Parts: sequence; structure tokens; C-alpha cells
Amino acid sequence: MSIVTLQLGQSGNQIGFEVFDALFSDSHCSQGLCSKRENEAYQASCKERFFSEEENGVPIARAVLVDMEPKVINQTLSKASQSGRWKYGQRSCFCQKQGSGNNWAYGYSVHGPRHAESIMNLIQKEVEKCDSLSGFFIVMSMAGGTGSGLGAFITRNLQDQYSNSLKMNHIIWPYGTGEVIVQNYNSILTLSHLYRSSDALLVHENDALHKICAKLMNIKQISFRDINQVLAHQLGSVFQPTYSEEGSSHYRRNPLGDLMENLVSHPEFKLLGVRNIPQMSEHSLAYSTFTWAGLLKHLRQMLISNAKMEEGIDWQVRPPLSGAPTPGKMPVNKNPHFNKSLANLVILRGKEVHSADLGGFKDPALYTSWLGPDNAFNMWKTQRAFNKYEKSAALVSNSQFLVKPLDMIVGKAWNMFASKAYIHQYTKFGIEEEDFLDSFTLLEQVVASYRNL
Amino acid sequence: MTQSVVVQVGQCGNQIGCCFWDLALREHAAVNQKGIYDEAISSFFRNVDTRVAGDGGSIPKGKICSLKARAVLIDMEEGVVNEILQGPLRDVFDSKQLITDISGSGNNWAVGHKVFGSLYQEQILEKLRKSAEHCDCLQCFFIIHSMGGGTGSGLGTFLLKVLEDEFPEVYRFVTSIYPSGEDDVITSPYNSILAMKELNEHADCVLPIDNQSLFDIISKIDLVVNSGKLGTAVKPKSLVTSSVGAFKQRQEKPFDAMNNIVANLLLNLTSSARFEGSLNMDLNEISMNLVPFPQLHYLVSSLTPLYTLADVNIPSRRLDQMFSDAFSKDHQLIQADPKHSLYLACALMVRGNVQISDLRRNIERLKPSLQFVSWNQEGWKTSLCSVPPVGHSHSLLALANNTCVKPTFMELRERFMRLYKKKAHLHHYLQIEGMEESCFSEAVSSLSALIQEYSQLDATKSMPMEDLPRLRVAV
Repeated sequence: MSIVTLQLGQSGNQIGFEVFDALFSDSHCSQGLCSKRENEAYQASCKERFFSEEENGVPIARAVLVDMEPKVINQTLSKASQSGRWKYGQRSCFCQKQGSGNNWAYGYSVHGPRHAESIMNLIQKEVEKCDSLSGFFIVMSMAGGTGSGLGAFITRNLQDQYSNSLKMNHIIWPYGTGEVIVQNYNSILTLSHLYRSSDALLVHENDALHKICAKLMNIKQISFRDINQVLAHQLGSVFQPTYSEEGSSHYRRNPLGDLMENLVSHPEFKLLGVRNIPQMSEHSLAYSTFTWAGLLKHLRQMLISNAKMEEGIDWQVRPPLSGAPTPGKMPVNKNPHFNKSLANLVILRGKEVHSADLGGFKDPALYTSWLGPDNAFNMWKTQRAFNKYEKSAALVSNSQFLVKPLDMIVGKAWNMFASKAYIHQYTKFGIEEEDFLDSFTLLEQVVASYRNL
Repeated sequence: MTQSVVVQVGQCGNQIGCCFWDLALREHAAVNQKGIYDEAISSFFRNVDTRVAGDGGSIPKGKICSLKARAVLIDMEEGVVNEILQGPLRDVFDSKQLITDISGSGNNWAVGHKVFGSLYQEQILEKLRKSAEHCDCLQCFFIIHSMGGGTGSGLGTFLLKVLEDEFPEVYRFVTSIYPSGEDDVITSPYNSILAMKELNEHADCVLPIDNQSLFDIISKIDLVVNSGKLGTAVKPKSLVTSSVGAFKQRQEKPFDAMNNIVANLLLNLTSSARFEGSLNMDLNEISMNLVPFPQLHYLVSSLTPLYTLADVNIPSRRLDQMFSDAFSKDHQLIQADPKHSLYLACALMVRGNVQISDLRRNIERLKPSLQFVSWNQEGWKTSLCSVPPVGHSHSLLALANNTCVKPTFMELRERFMRLYKKKAHLHHYLQIEGMEESCFSEAVSSLSALIQEYSQLDATKSMPMEDLPRLRVAV
């Protein structure tokens, strides 16, 4: 089954390009550590999911590119076609002349209704090229105006028009210290709207990706391209083909469905995060070897302590002891930093993958009481290595990991809202104070729900 | 991509405008080596086939034939505009986009605003409509004028109302030259205050600039250029003050160097909208992020570096110096000290080979020494444009919505009151039809209200920051 990707705004388009490039490079990589036949099956599966074929053999990304001003799309299209290996469809773009001005209200109330029809038509054309549709992957940022506002509008349209298809929104969580001054307003409006119309929100935080670039990749002058490439690597390790079960002989067919079935079982809990291990520069990769035991131990602790990468992990954080506390005594393990999970999915790729022991992830102490590890935990194992990493593990998790960042954004937006600063820019385009209040209410609910897991 | 139209009004406005067009051409020539008329150029220039009679047929794509500035030149004296039309830029201007008169406004806002306003309203509208028609998607009007005189001040602000009524969706960015203390026009305080009221009510964003600051910057540059210190050879084209005649040591006209600074400001302001980058910033994002309340739309600007030293490799220390300088009071284009006042919002627009990590490192470094209003502690808007200005490897334009504009306004009000109390020169104004004393009192009230807003914000500076109680939800 295929995934149709919707790249929205500057962020969405810049990232989308890196993701397709990473997927393509990996599927054509010679160091798959598997048989030729295996590799071909992998390539074919990747292709079915993400690329369609053109007459002269150059694969075309299953994507629709949308932006309200032309510069980024032009750049994205030319970068893709310059590579010569894959490209975007000639008529898969929708562009306007003037951007959304970082104004969520403009993206949602002006651009949305004005251009929804054209955009939905493009999406329909892309859907028709698929033999079978797994769903939609919408790449967008929360901080700006187009990705966020128009993104929210289009997602709602997708819900109406393709009510049987799955939608996953990939959201860029902006740096804590501003890229955009009104980013907190734009973020709360985006999140609250998406929570109602999307099936899952897969979040990547700029701050986390930045640290990975600095500490693990050792990049001195970090550019957005570097950040996007780390992101693309993480997404690739999740979305590239995997086997369905132990001993299965074919790749999973429904990437989005399988992902969501495991991870998003309750409509109140839709926030997903990705962790990947190991992550390093290609240069260092050549000199490194790992054991599954070591990798999984680190990955588990990254989950428990809410670490974004394998360096600087806090090993003191432990899950609470299972069983009821002795009456009259306080529970011995009070762990304010413990990151409780609702559901986890571990994806392993590479050498000797069958020997990997994931017992640590099946510990009931990691999960909420109302969903035991039998339902909450899943694993997918694939021999074919990813992106030249002899062994790599990805963790997609529905956990408390975003509680603090979300709480922070809501808090800052609330403070700003109390002073009424910038509100006139939103009411100008039909987003009233009530809409803000609705968003605040919904998100406080989400924060509370996750806190009480 | 969108287009912008520059409306240059009065002597000062036209002189600055002239410098701006010269620099804009140079910049596009440097970036656009193949001579193709692309979207970046189209933001400020039309491509015209001069063989076609009349209007000159517009050529939307392809090779550059003849570039015409998207400009409207207005002056009630002929001197400056005539000079422009006889100078090296004469072919850049469309001769039909001019409005001139002979007598001048006599440094009288009322003459500019009321007399010439009504006299030329139709013509102004016609020229503006024409220039808008030539645009595929008009986003912004840039008005350049001075506040102290009669034409720029009076007619320039009359224009704002016309623009607001006729093109309500198009942004109005005003670059205003404020008179310095030793201004030789006695009535400049009157003109400025009367103009301020219009700016308060009809401008989307104002970039106040004063001559004294520009002059101080020139002096600083001269010191370095002429000091002849070893190892401090300055690249000639890299001066923020340089123009076509950059190879000459002394500028021919006294104000050229100063005007070029303002011209560079406008170029840098629009660079991220015209050229590509990893974090674009369009013009509509400027007012969205920097104007938290409609009345508080005055942005203090600073440009760095002022010059590039001849040694080529810029280690990050120098890059960091560029960021530090942007916040020093010596680099601001008005007499202001943002570091010791309160920030409502700050934009950093970077050009050249600078990456997000450089930007973030410097924000982290400088943040502790700056004070932001409690509800906007992370009030930073940033942009990265890949294309540096001509002669530089990178540059930074900082725009601050900061209470440090208050002293400028208060001083202006004081100078105004000194004259007004004695009713000095008032009759020159009151004898103009439509002018009454209430115009003056309303204007000064409007300014006082604005000053009051800034004062109230300043008062919050030393208050402890409290997090407001959040909504409680049932779980």
C-alpha cells in the first residue's frame, strides 16, 4: 500500500525533500547485508510505498507540494531533479505568490478556503496513482503560517473527503527560543485543530535534532539541512519496509495502519515521538560496532528518562516498582522524571536481528496500568540494514515525552494571550479570542491526560 | 513572489530613493549574472521593451531588456527630481511616474498636506494605480520621506491615507527621517508632530531614522578608513555607505554616504523576501511578528557590519562581533539605546553564509543582557537569506520594537511645545485652509498617548514576572 505525502510550507517542503532522498538512497544502498533477492524485495516495497514510476524510469515521489509563495518549492523541485535519481511530479505542486505571513489565521481562514479545492484535486490525482492507499503523511511546522494554518485546514478536509483513510501529521516542534515570535499562538491553534481531525501526530523537536547534530554528528556550523537530514534518517528508519512477524517472508503492507494500530489506541492520546540509535556521522560509522544488547539497553533508558539521544542519558531514572505500596508508607520509588509509556514500537534492522532480546521493553512497569505490555508493546525485525548502519533500532513511542514542552508552549501562549498581544493580527482574519480559549482548553486536557497516565 | 512599490516624496525622500535604486541595481547585477529577468528582480523592477511606443510593453520573463523601477517620485520642487532624471539613473525611472511642482512647500506641513494634497490627489491616485497595475501581486508600499520639511512630511503623510483607502490590503512601510536637535528648519518640530499623527494612524510599520545617528556612523567609518592602521585595510565596496562612486575617496554630495545607509537598510529588509534562504522572512511577517499592538509599530533598526576588513576568512569570533554590534547604541539608526530599554520584539535578518547554529548561539549569548517584556520573553524573529549584500560575506539587520524610541518622541514633543507655547510661526500654518489649532492639539495628544503606552510598558520592566494561573480542566 502507498503513502501520499503532503509537503506544506517552507519547513514541510525542505524536510519532505530530505525524507524522499533518504528513503531512495537507502533503498538503493548496496550495503544491505542481505541477499540480492531480499534487497530487491525491499526496494520494491519502498517504491510501492513512496514512489511511482515514470516512462523513462525515473521514480516520482508520491507527493504533493504546497506553499503560498514560490521560492522554496522552486528550490525543492530543482534539487530533486538535479540529483537525477528521483524527482517530483511536474504537476504535483500548488503555489501562490504571497505567503501566509506567519499568521495561522491567514493560513487557515484565507488560504485554506481559497485554495482547498485545487489542493484536494492534486491530492486526488496522487491517490489515483496508488493501487492501494495506506493513508496520508502530512509534513508541516507549527510555528509558521502556511504549514500550520493551511495544514490544519487541509487535514480537516482530508478527514471529510477521505474518511476511511489514515492521516498522520508530522509536526516540527520549533526551537524554544523563537524562530517566530507568534510561534506559541500558531502552535496551540495547530495542535488543537489537528487533535480533532488527525489520527496521529508524529513530533520532531528542533532543539532535540539540533543537539544530535552538535553532540553525535559533531557538526560545527549546523544548518537546517543538517537538521533535516537527521530527521529524515529517523523517519526512514521507521517507514522503510519491515517484516510483519518473526519468521515472516514478506514485508508489511500497511505502514501507516500498522503503526497506528499499535500506537494510537485511544483518541485522547495521539502524540508520538521517534528515537533512533545509533546516530553518528558517516565517518564515525566506519569505525563503530555495536551489540544489540548494548543498543537496546540505551534505547530503553532513553525511553524511560526521556532522553533524545544516546549521549548524556540519565541512568538514575528508574520505572516505579510494580505492585501496590505498603499501606501507611510512601511508595519508595518516586520518580518525577520517569517517562511513562502508553504504547511502544521498536523497529530493529540489520545483522543478527533475530538474536536481539527485547525483554526490557516488556516490563509492565514501563506502561500505564490499563494497557499491559502484551497490547502496549510491539516489535518489528528486519534483516536488511538501514542506511549503512550494520545495526539500527528505532523506537516510536506514545508516552509522556511531550508533556513538558507542550506545557511550556501552552504556558507561554497563555501569558501572551493575557496581555492580548498580537491578537489583532488573528481577529483580522476571523480567529477570535474564543477560538484561542477553545484551543487552550483542549490542550490543557491533553496535558492533564498524559500527566495522569 | 510579490512586488513592492517605492514612493519617494520630497527632497530627502528622493535623494534616498535615488541611492536605493542605484544599490538595488548593483545588487541584482551581482546576483543575476545571466541577465535573466527573474522573480527576485521583478519585486522592484519591471522589464520593459523600450521599442514599444507609449507605456513600453512589459516583458514578464526572459532576458532583461530595460529595467524600470517600480517607483513613484513626488516633489513639489523640481531640483532634485530633475537632477535624478539627468543623472546616471535616468533610464531607470518611468517619466510618467513623476509628480512635480515648482514652488515647493516652504517647509510647511500644511502646504504639503492640505494644499498640494488636494491639488494633486487625483494625479497621485492615478500614478499609484498605474504602478499597482504593473504588479502581479503587490504586497507593499515603501514610502521614503523626511519629517521635518513640508513636502516629504505633509504630502508624504497625505499619501498614507490615500494608500490606506485605495489599497487597504497592501502594507505601508514608512522610512521616516526625523530632524535632529540642530536641525536648521525652525518649524521642523511642528512638521514632525503633525506628520507623526498620520504615521500613528495610517502606517503599518515605521522605521524612524535620524540624521545625527547617520552622521555619527559616517564619522566612525571615516576614522577606520582613514586611520591607515596596519592590517585594517577596508574593502572599498563593502562600506555600508558606498555607492557607484565607491572608488572615490570622498563622496561628491554631502548626504550621499548617509543616504546609502538608509538604502542598504531597505535592501536588507527585503532580501529574505526576494532571495532564497533556509529560513525565509517575507515582508508581511515583519508586521505580524514585530507589531504586538497596532499603535506600537515603530521599529528601531541597526545594520552591521559597517564595513568588511580586507582579510578574507571570517572566524566565528568576527561573526559574533557582528551580532554584538547590532545591539550597541552606536549602530542604531536613531539616537537610542535598546539594551537599556525594554524589548517588545526583535527581528534578526541575516544574510550570507551564516547558519542556524550561529544565529542561535548569538541569541543565547546576548539574551541575558537584554530585557524583554514579560509576555514575550522569547520575542525573537529570525531569518536566514543565503545571498549576502554586495561586497560582504554576511550582514545583519536588526529591527527592534523597543521602548528606546520614547526619548526621541519626547524630545520632539519638547521642541514642539517650546515653539507652540509662544505660538511661534503658527500663522503660517493657520492661514492654510483646513488648518486649525485643533490640528496641533490633536497631533500632540496623539503623540502623548503613544509616549504614555511606552511609559506603561517601561514600568513593567522591574516588576517580577508572574506566571498567570492556567485554565483548570476536569480529568
